Amino acid sequence: MGWIIPHGVSTFTPEIDRLYYIILVITGIAFVLVEIGLIYFSFKYRAQPGRKAHYIHGNVTAEVIWTAVTAVTVVIIGIMSVPVWNKVKGRNSVPAGALAYNVTAKQFEWNVGYPGPDGQLNTADDFKVRNQLHVPVNRDVVLEATAEDVIHSFFVPAFRLKQDVVPGMRMRIWFRATEPGPYEIACAELCGLGHYKMRAFVTVHTQEEYDQWLAERAAQAQSEAQPSAVASR
Amino acid sequence: MTTSPAPQAPRFPAPGHAAPAHAPAEVHAHHGPQSFWTRYVFSTDHKTIAKQYLFTAAFMSIFAVGWSMLIRLQLAYPHNTWPILSSLFPGLYQDGVLLPERYLSLTTMHGTVMVFFVISLALVSGFGNFIIPLQVGAHDMAYPFLNALSYWTIVPACLLMMVSFFVPDGAASAGWTAYPPLSALAEAGSGLGQTIWLLAMAPFIASFTMGGLNFVATILNMRTRGMSLMRMPLTIWTLFYASVLGILTFPALTAAAIMLLLDRLGGTSFFLPAGLIVSGQVLPHQGGTPLLFQHLFWFLGHPEVYVLALPAIGIAFDVLAAFGRRPSFGYRNTVWSILAVSALGMIAWGHHMFTSGMNPYLGEYFSIVTVLITLPFSVIAINLVASLWRAEIRLHTPMLFALGLIAAIGVGGLGGLWLGTATSDMYLQDSYFVVGHFHFMIGVVTGFGIFAGTYYWFPKMFGRMMNETLGRVHFWLTTLGTFAAFMGMHFLGMGGYLRRIYDPTTYRYAQHQPLNVFISYALLLAALGQVLFAVNLFWSLFRGKRAGANPWDATTLEWTTESPAGHNNWETLPTVSRGPYEYRTDNAPAGFHPQGEVEAAG
Repeated sequence: MGWIIPHGVSTFTPEIDRLYYIILVITGIAFVLVEIGLIYFSFKYRAQPGRKAHYIHGNVTAEVIWTAVTAVTVVIIGIMSVPVWNKVKGRNSVPAGALAYNVTAKQFEWNVGYPGPDGQLNTADDFKVRNQLHVPVNRDVVLEATAEDVIHSFFVPAFRLKQDVVPGMRMRIWFRATEPGPYEIACAELCGLGHYKMRAFVTVHTQEEYDQWLAERAAQAQSEAQPSAVASR
Repeated sequence: MTTSPAPQAPRFPAPGHAAPAHAPAEVHAHHGPQSFWTRYVFSTDHKTIAKQYLFTAAFMSIFAVGWSMLIRLQLAYPHNTWPILSSLFPGLYQDGVLLPERYLSLTTMHGTVMVFFVISLALVSGFGNFIIPLQVGAHDMAYPFLNALSYWTIVPACLLMMVSFFVPDGAASAGWTAYPPLSALAEAGSGLGQTIWLLAMAPFIASFTMGGLNFVATILNMRTRGMSLMRMPLTIWTLFYASVLGILTFPALTAAAIMLLLDRLGGTSFFLPAGLIVSGQVLPHQGGTPLLFQHLFWFLGHPEVYVLALPAIGIAFDVLAAFGRRPSFGYRNTVWSILAVSALGMIAWGHHMFTSGMNPYLGEYFSIVTVLITLPFSVIAINLVASLWRAEIRLHTPMLFALGLIAAIGVGGLGGLWLGTATSDMYLQDSYFVVGHFHFMIGVVTGFGIFAGTYYWFPKMFGRMMNETLGRVHFWLTTLGTFAAFMGMHFLGMGGYLRRIYDPTTYRYAQHQPLNVFISYALLLAALGQVLFAVNLFWSLFRGKRAGANPWDATTLEWTTESPAGHNNWETLPTVSRGPYEYRTDNAPAGFHPQGEVEAAG
């Protein structure tokens, strides 16, 4: 159902979901109290013959207590949020040795650049796959993301990860997936008439599967790149 | 042109007027304009201008609500065809199917028109114009001509917005936020409609700035004798802060709009970086950055939320006091909290940009400031609820809407905590949680403020009461419909369902069609409720029960003049000797002390 956050499969998930549920509980309780209080007051203090309204301008103590409780609550949430935020978005948070991929967004597709057989990104044997991001499970991954035309937003609900990809800027997006399987990538920033179908997949493999997939695709890419050379041999 | 001369109004000197004693006797106190044109069309009377604003907003809302119905139809039944709609709206539908780019036009225009041309016009310009002179005790606004000018500046803006649907490539479709490069590049899909959108925003901003300056000048300089700042009704306080916020922040949007227009038409690159490639073409732009626009837009865009929500809350405070028969709880704290909310609201814009790619440290700062707004805002919210404590509540229609407004703040305010916390926002940004949240804050809260104000001040505007029964049915249909729909949107967003998606069945992780259908029907119910409101409005204009000067037994100054208020509001300006909400039962024969009551000698 709609109100259940999708099953999470990244290392960010436990921390983000915990905060999410804490806020859910706090705001849920506050919501019930406010609405019940409102309805209760509306009935209890309806005009009745023989009862006069209480002439009172306010109560400083009550307001101080109320504000203090709110302050403590939001400060605690804030303190809990900062380390999680830094872990996901911090400028120096991308783990050393993360597997790197190029992601180029354009109307209306995600192009993923993979390191070729040499294992190095941005070399001649790199190859591109459209709308398909394949990564190994339990490995740190970093996406070097750019956009060609307008702003797009890289969103993997199952990873709790969202990052706008902005033309002229290079975004470093990192994650570590914890369960193999295919997960949807959505474009979360309005990017034009085809925005709604700018959908892609991240496929999380076991390491063996991933190595096999990478080798196959690299070979395929190589043969596609030099069809004449292959034919003349 | 002129009709027979009316009896000259007696020119009493106005002892209550705050003007210096040597000032020439009452420049304002001449009789009202007599010709149809100067009286009803090019009037400089603040009450006529207020009604012009309110009816313009009502007219624009018909379109904005209509567009939302088309949006909801698409989201509920994305794969059905509607041949009838093809013939009704040939520009939007083809072979019975809504075009994806026109779906985006509908969402863009719904947002733009609702925020700037319905809610701003009705709540700030409309009620502000009507109530400021009447509640502070002035004959008119400080600058009546500027006031009329500001209204007539808005008219071409409205017309331009509507016309944009009929140009090639249709109305603007880059979202009401109009982020470049999408909004800057015709190649990427933003056509002439986007240019017109920008050109229409210009007169709107000019008008709103003129109006805001007028409000601030009137509130600061035109208060009657005894109306000290801390005796002003909360409606005036909220309108004051809303005007100041508007004056301080709209220039950022003006700048952004001009730069975006230049990027579109002049070949500049304020928001366009080097190396853009659109459909295989390399564009010649270089040196700009798209994020600059977002900062400028939200520098206005976030305070705009308070520009809209605060006056609604102010109206609610007035209504709660009048229909609860007790002073507003914590008046002084409310005034200071509104100031704090406004000040913090000006430096919190970045929470709309947590995932935008701005520096993460900046994200932390904006998260902290945003969550800090919770403190003064919760003071305001609790003072609203506490104003009911041990009151004598009379559940007339204005009061029902004020109570509904509190209930909506309960949802919208708490939702703000989810979105203001950067970490949870990472997941919820651009989802329907955001859509549900802002529909509560600048849809339901402001809408209910407008309705409360309309039912409350209708007698003062037109000298007649609105129908209570129709009003109550209108309230319940609106409440049930909007709360069900916008709560449902929160739940959609928790499931990760994204906004601005033409086909809601696209993503497998977010398949919630039954909920989408439910939301659409809930909003249809709410929209039908507005038909009752329109019927009530027009029926009451001509057939409503005649109202006396003070039909609600309220204390504030507007109720000391006749209904409808005459040309100069008062022959002699009232003198104020007490605070705005002196509902007390001790020695007052009527159970309350009006602000303008002459101190009884015995």
